[in-house]
Amino acid sequence: MTDAADPALHLGVALDGAGWHPAAWREPSARPDELFDARYWADLARTAERGGLDLITIEDTLTLQSSTSPIDPAGPDERTDQVRGRLDASLVASRLATATEHIGLVPVVTTTHTEPFHVAKAVATLDHVSHGRGGWQVRVGGHGAEAALFGRRQFEPIDLAAITAGTLPDSVAERFDEAVDAVEVVRRLWDSWEDDAEIRDVATRRFIDRDKVHTIDFQGRWFSVRGPGIVPRSPQGQPVVAVLAHQRVPYELAARSGDLVFVTPPLGADAVGVLADVRAAEAAVGRDGAPLQVWADLVVLLDGPGESAVDRLARLDERAGSPLTSDAAVAVGSAAALADQIETWHRLGYAGVRLRPAVATDDLPRIVDDLAPELQRRGLVRSGYREATLRGHLGLPTTVPNRYAAV
Amino acid sequence: MGHTPRKQVILGAYLGGVNHHTAWWDERAGSQIDFSSFEHTARTAERGKFDFFFLAEGLALRERNGRVFDQDIVGRPDTLPVLAALAGVTEHLGLAGTINATFNEPYELARQFASLDALSGGRAAWNLVTSFDAFTGQNFRRGGFLPRELRYERAAEMIAATRALFDAWDDDDLVADKQSGQFVRRGDVGRFEHRGPQFDIRGRFTVPRSPQGRPVLLQAGVSPQGRDFAAANSDAIFSPFGEIIAAREFYRDVKARAERFGRSPDELKILPSGSFVIGDTHAEAVDKYHEVRNQQVNGKTALILLEQVWNRDLSQYDPEGPLPDIDPDPTAPDFIQGRALIEQDRFKTVAHFREVAEAKRLNLRELVIDQFERGPLVGTASEIAQQIDDFVQQDGSDGFIIGSHLVPWGLDDFVDQVVPLLQERGSLRAEYTGSTLRDNLGLPSLRRDLTAAR
Repeated sequence: MTDAADPALHLGVALDGAGWHPAAWREPSARPDELFDARYWADLARTAERGGLDLITIEDTLTLQSSTSPIDPAGPDERTDQVRGRLDASLVASRLATATEHIGLVPVVTTTHTEPFHVAKAVATLDHVSHGRGGWQVRVGGHGAEAALFGRRQFEPIDLAAITAGTLPDSVAERFDEAVDAVEVVRRLWDSWEDDAEIRDVATRRFIDRDKVHTIDFQGRWFSVRGPGIVPRSPQGQPVVAVLAHQRVPYELAARSGDLVFVTPPLGADAVGVLADVRAAEAAVGRDGAPLQVWADLVVLLDGPGESAVDRLARLDERAGSPLTSDAAVAVGSAAALADQIETWHRLGYAGVRLRPAVATDDLPRIVDDLAPELQRRGLVRSGYREATLRGHLGLPTTVPNRYAAV
Repeated sequence: MGHTPRKQVILGAYLGGVNHHTAWWDERAGSQIDFSSFEHTARTAERGKFDFFFLAEGLALRERNGRVFDQDIVGRPDTLPVLAALAGVTEHLGLAGTINATFNEPYELARQFASLDALSGGRAAWNLVTSFDAFTGQNFRRGGFLPRELRYERAAEMIAATRALFDAWDDDDLVADKQSGQFVRRGDVGRFEHRGPQFDIRGRFTVPRSPQGRPVLLQAGVSPQGRDFAAANSDAIFSPFGEIIAAREFYRDVKARAERFGRSPDELKILPSGSFVIGDTHAEAVDKYHEVRNQQVNGKTALILLEQVWNRDLSQYDPEGPLPDIDPDPTAPDFIQGRALIEQDRFKTVAHFREVAEAKRLNLRELVIDQFERGPLVGTASEIAQQIDDFVQQDGSDGFIIGSHLVPWGLDDFVDQVVPLLQERGSLRAEYTGSTLRDNLGLPSLRRDLTAAR
């Protein structure tokens, strides 16, 4: 079932603060006082790069972290025992461009309150400063306390129970429609300069051929944007667009707008159901072109020297005061067992796996030093980098047609 | 100067950008978009112990009569991501970006600048501008434009709102104590609120107090209102005056305004921008300058610069002939869009141009050079060093923002030849002394103040 054109399994890591376990920051290896320093992030990114991973994503939300739901209108909780605070992910990614050479850099950027024009130039510039390694994980926001941070729009309160049960209220679904428009604007702006627009013709004193710089004239329900963008077309042309999705509406956003989708299937062969749901969403929206690359998300705790992953989790849970819960499945064990799990998913047709290290400073090095070599031995992932750009790593076309170019 | 310590020259560096000064036609000219150009200029500035590197901004491509300008450099990268990337290839250099207060919201700007400050170890600076043109507004969801008379209201509220955000975390709110399990000092860390006609926002801010507390704030302002605004709020103000008598008057006036707002005059730095042309002899420098200027203001560019004033198509006029004999058209839609607008009475300006052209016997292109080109620093390295130092010591300014028409190599000559002479004079540091931009500029630390106040 694997896409024949791209037999390789892709591997990425999702970075978030000290890690995905709420007690990660208290581990001996953790560097909680450095979570807001470039050096910490550069160390993590270089570690991931040492393992030859395709990409790192950098988590972000506009709201402060909370153990309560992000859509709770009461806003973030008042706990003092968990990591609070984070930096703007797109700037972290740009900072990491000069700390790394190969790995893809994919920050989370919210669509709901931000200007598509700003997002387009930020991600295009990330692509420029990283020489073609930039991407964007689209995040839809807009509820709970988030709107009050901007004070521009008001959203009606939403029924958390309904969402958990799998039904998105219309008001939430609308935010996804808006995100489709936002990505459309961004993609048009990325194309608003043709690759060869800059001509530097001294004889006629023309810096650009202005027939190759285009307005985008987007008119939609939520905004209109004229263009062109201010940033010349970036090395990848179209940086990679990813979406994290858990149900039909976000699957459809991914199918309309994305190159890849992160999903959260259950462990084992049941994961095939989620894959089928994504393919159904693609059919429902009439996606043309290459199918979405579907990556499975997985929280990872690996065996360490002298301590099993099971013991580590027990200790972390005790510190946290409650068992680890996650939207994604949690893999606890040896690198070999994790490799088995990944291989199972890959055989089902998953193109990649995005690992969420429970403790960034412990599980990321183990992913790199134990898991990645194991997957390489099995011939599932490449060793070392063969391409220069993120699109190249992912097996996406590296020459992207420009929608505005005359044929 | 007696035994008072010698006044130190503040140096900023800008990368030539989207205007007719940047000599892209020069065979040595590099890219204006490749990161390597920014990296080279920033590293060169740091080699010269500059205080900061400065990036301008433009949120819409300029247009002439509805078509994109093509004769100057067009296009640039996004300011803040470039500065974040530069934080990784420099250690001491301040990283200053122009960001518009009209087409951004305080929450996202505060997040971005606080993040840049954290990622650079305390080197972020913000040149706050407000624009009001509907042309640029077409690129944004908020659309429309800011009524001109609300520019200062918007800017003032942007400053107040972002301050509330920068100050939302106290210096010691981040505890991160593994043993006790306390990550933050208080449960409502980051809480902020701002209410006003422009912004009505509240919530919890995500970025802990950054190394500088707040980014260094830069502004331009020449009108009395602009001067007062900068004197009340800014850490540095761009001066448009390159001539010493007018510059000293501006300097004295703005510093006095700062005192009236209860600030020490030393807390407000005054910085004109200056391009430069260095020669081995004075005569060689002057020749080079004339050559560069003639290339910058060729016939086509001269006509376009005048079209900004006349607000009509002048392409049928001979640039080597007399000024256009027709009147300007102040009522037509803007013929040139997306340029910094200068408030002016077009008839008065044209009348002035005619007088100057008559008196000095200048043709159209010569008149443009005479009226649009502010005199750069021209001379031998030693003459330029003396010019800069004298200007600063005589309180024409507190320093200069230096740029070259040649991207990205132009600054090298300045750093190789002029900087050592300024250092010999004791007017420029031999090594960086502070760890943050505020330290290096001699501005008081906000973090220390906050601790002392508690």
